[in-house]
Amino acid sequence: MIKLVGLIPLLPLIGFVIIGLFGKKLSKSIVGLVGSGVIFGSFALALAIFFELKGGTQKEFTIDLFTWISAGKLSIPFSFLIDPLSSLFLLIITGIGFLIHLYSIGYMSHDEGFARFFAYLNLFIFFMLLLVLGSNYLIMFVGWEGVGLCSYLLIGFWFKNTAYNNAAKKAFIMNRIGDLGFLMGIILIFITFGSISYHEVFMQANSYSSGTPVLTVIALLLFVGAMGKSAQLPLYTWLPDAMAGPTPVSALIHAATMVTAGIYMIARSNILYSLSPVAMQTVAIVGACTALFAATIGLAQNDIKKVLAYSTVSQLGYMFLALGVGAYTGAVFHVMTHAFFKALLFLGAGSVIHAMGGEQDMRKMGGLKKYIPITHLTFLIGTLAIVGFPGFSGFFSKDEILAHAYENNKLLWVLGILTAAMTTFYMFRLYFLTFKGTFRGTHDQEHHLHESPKSMTIPLVILSMLAVVGGLIGIPEVLGGKHFLEEFLKPVFADSSSRIIFHLPESTEYMLMIVAVAVMATFLYSAYTVYVKNKTLPAAEGEELQPLHKLVYNKYWIDEIYETIITKPLNFISEALHKVVDNQIVDGIVNGIGYLVNWTSSTIRLAQTGNIGFYVFVMVISIVLILFTRLM
Amino acid sequence: MSIIQTIPIEWYLFLSTVLFAIGVFGVLFRRNAIIIFMSIELMLNAVNLLLVAFSSYLSDSKGQVFVFFIMAVAAAEVAVGLAILSMVYRNTNSPDINNLNKLKW
Amino acid sequence: MIITYMFYLLSFLAIMFGLMVVLSKNPVHSVLYLVLTFFAIAGHYVLLNAQFLAAVHIIVYAGAIMVLFLYIIMMLNLNKEAEPHKSLWIKASAAVAAGSLLVVLVASIKGTVAITPSNEFNPNIGLIENLGQTLFKDYLLPFEVSSVLLLAAMVGAVMLAKKSIK
Repeated sequence: MIKLVGLIPLLPLIGFVIIGLFGKKLSKSIVGLVGSGVIFGSFALALAIFFELKGGTQKEFTIDLFTWISAGKLSIPFSFLIDPLSSLFLLIITGIGFLIHLYSIGYMSHDEGFARFFAYLNLFIFFMLLLVLGSNYLIMFVGWEGVGLCSYLLIGFWFKNTAYNNAAKKAFIMNRIGDLGFLMGIILIFITFGSISYHEVFMQANSYSSGTPVLTVIALLLFVGAMGKSAQLPLYTWLPDAMAGPTPVSALIHAATMVTAGIYMIARSNILYSLSPVAMQTVAIVGACTALFAATIGLAQNDIKKVLAYSTVSQLGYMFLALGVGAYTGAVFHVMTHAFFKALLFLGAGSVIHAMGGEQDMRKMGGLKKYIPITHLTFLIGTLAIVGFPGFSGFFSKDEILAHAYENNKLLWVLGILTAAMTTFYMFRLYFLTFKGTFRGTHDQEHHLHESPKSMTIPLVILSMLAVVGGLIGIPEVLGGKHFLEEFLKPVFADSSSRIIFHLPESTEYMLMIVAVAVMATFLYSAYTVYVKNKTLPAAEGEELQPLHKLVYNKYWIDEIYETIITKPLNFISEALHKVVDNQIVDGIVNGIGYLVNWTSSTIRLAQTGNIGFYVFVMVISIVLILFTRLM
Repeated sequence: MSIIQTIPIEWYLFLSTVLFAIGVFGVLFRRNAIIIFMSIELMLNAVNLLLVAFSSYLSDSKGQVFVFFIMAVAAAEVAVGLAILSMVYRNTNSPDINNLNKLKW
Repeated sequence: MIITYMFYLLSFLAIMFGLMVVLSKNPVHSVLYLVLTFFAIAGHYVLLNAQFLAAVHIIVYAGAIMVLFLYIIMMLNLNKEAEPHKSLWIKASAAVAAGSLLVVLVASIKGTVAITPSNEFNPNIGLIENLGQTLFKDYLLPFEVSSVLLLAAMVGAVMLAKKSIK
């Protein structure tokens, strides 16, 4: 079965080609069938490979497909690496991807770009699979760029809207900044190790001593790439804007899969990080700050998708915090659970928006519980999972991260628990405002309210089940469980885990859990008090806000600050360069040379009189001169 | 008493050079295309003379064979050249080569 | 001794008639002077024991080429002194250019290594038998190719001289 791994990315590519070429001619049902079918095929294969890997003794397979680049001593095979990490990501991508394809059939059924949408989605899945399957950094980079491209195409899916196009461009350009770091990292890896294949690089890196500067630089450069792709401070602002795309895109690309590429990359390169404490520390601090920062913004947003977007940024920060404190398994665990519940929440939000006829402002919702019961129930499960309600998946993954953070640095733990508190508050604010109370929209909207079609609700139900039980594969040992995931991923992180020893007394671990649950419960109750008991509503547009509230509501004016300190000076410099250097100097030189040649030739051509006698005369004189010089 | 004992070969060199220079002078001096053509023939003959002289002085018949070829080429050249001249005359009504100044810019 | 005198005489005639070719105003006179120049050169050929070549020279140049010239002059009716005068400046510069060419050529000949004639003078070199042997043994291919050249020249001349191609 392992041999068939090439088919996993090939199937979505075939789907893309079929839909991309013939999409307009095919009916929507066939497009939906092909688009989802190929992903299901990939999922089935991924599942088979997962179980083969789990059962077998060999934990790492490299499948060489063909030689891709061969130049000098650089030889890059196009080969895939199958190990527990990539197989887990394969499952997440194809599994969630399939559910979201299914959901899209219902969600996008009224859109004219139906075929285009599925073509892009299939292409995205293809690149994402390439990203996680590649056995060297270059293939990962190809996938990395490919998903960036698909993200751009899908954010700007409704390209007639200028604001959406701008959001797409913003995402693309911000990712470029990160990609530059990633690319430089790859080049530095090649210079240092003479190879970019994971196997080779990690083997060599293992013999370096901890804290070698070049490893730190590599790790930091790779982290810059991860920052861009996974929306960390300071390159996060594209992700909330990326919600301009259709909701399934937000769920698949900007919550469950693509944005976790950064996590995957760092988890894959874990040995490089384990060997450079400075880079680890940076990752942890950036992650924790992003988590807290995005959570505060999430507190004051009114757009249902914006809240989820900031919550995604915040959760990604959590994952980086986990990576930074050496809890690689925890990070991957959280990637998985987050993929479940965040996809669920986004799809639920999509269902709400669908029911509301396109309305995204929570101030116009309320009391939707009785109109869309399935969505309500699944959304509630998602909310409980993300806030870490005991027993739900988020509880276990967050707990693992917080425990590691506590051992590493108490301050990081405090930031984490604060983030968790805010997460609880804004998620329940979202839930209460949307589903509880009375309906606040127009009469037309109320009339229009309806539960979504089956193709949308079935993925919701499946995802909600996963969000509940997803945590069970990683029950910490103190609770008497067995950490299956850690067991499974052990070969991948073996080199790192020998360097980072994690040990916490059982009592401390219990204590941390209790604190986390208590904080969660407190903030759940306060959200309940504010939004259900007191029926407080977020301020309407134009209403004067408290300074702090205003600051948070306007997202700390980060976009405006970027605009002022980066975009405007850059535009100014470009303008100046254009006007002075380009128009005056460069054009001057170019035109001057042209003018000079013109002038010279128009002067010299006067010598061409056309008089044959003159030509002969000149020829004779020249012969005389030549002979004369020979005589001298 | 043959010629090579009496006359040094340099003399033939000078004679040829003088004839050649006269040909060049004719080309520069005259404007009538026919005369210019004849001057060119004169130059060719100067060279022919030199080749024959060398052939004799060096006892090598190849030089004279070469003169044959020059004659053949000269005959061809004259035929084509005079045809061109007659055509030029037909178009410009004058043998003056200064009428043929269309080559300038 | 007689050979020396013959050389002087023929050289004088060749140079004088050559100058007359260039200087005479009437084109018909130029042609006739050129014929005389060719005769002088043919005399040189005889002097150099190239009798066959002398005969060919008379036949081809004086007989064929010059007749062609005369024919063209007759056909174009050029036997009048219709040539516009060049300015003195141009004439002077032509004389100076040709003169300096002569001087430079003579000077360069003077500067070259003297050629030593072969000791054995072979008077049979210019005989038709010898030339035929060389021409048809060593130079057979160029000989054949020259026939193609003559054919091409003939076709070209006919094409050019035709009034127009219909």
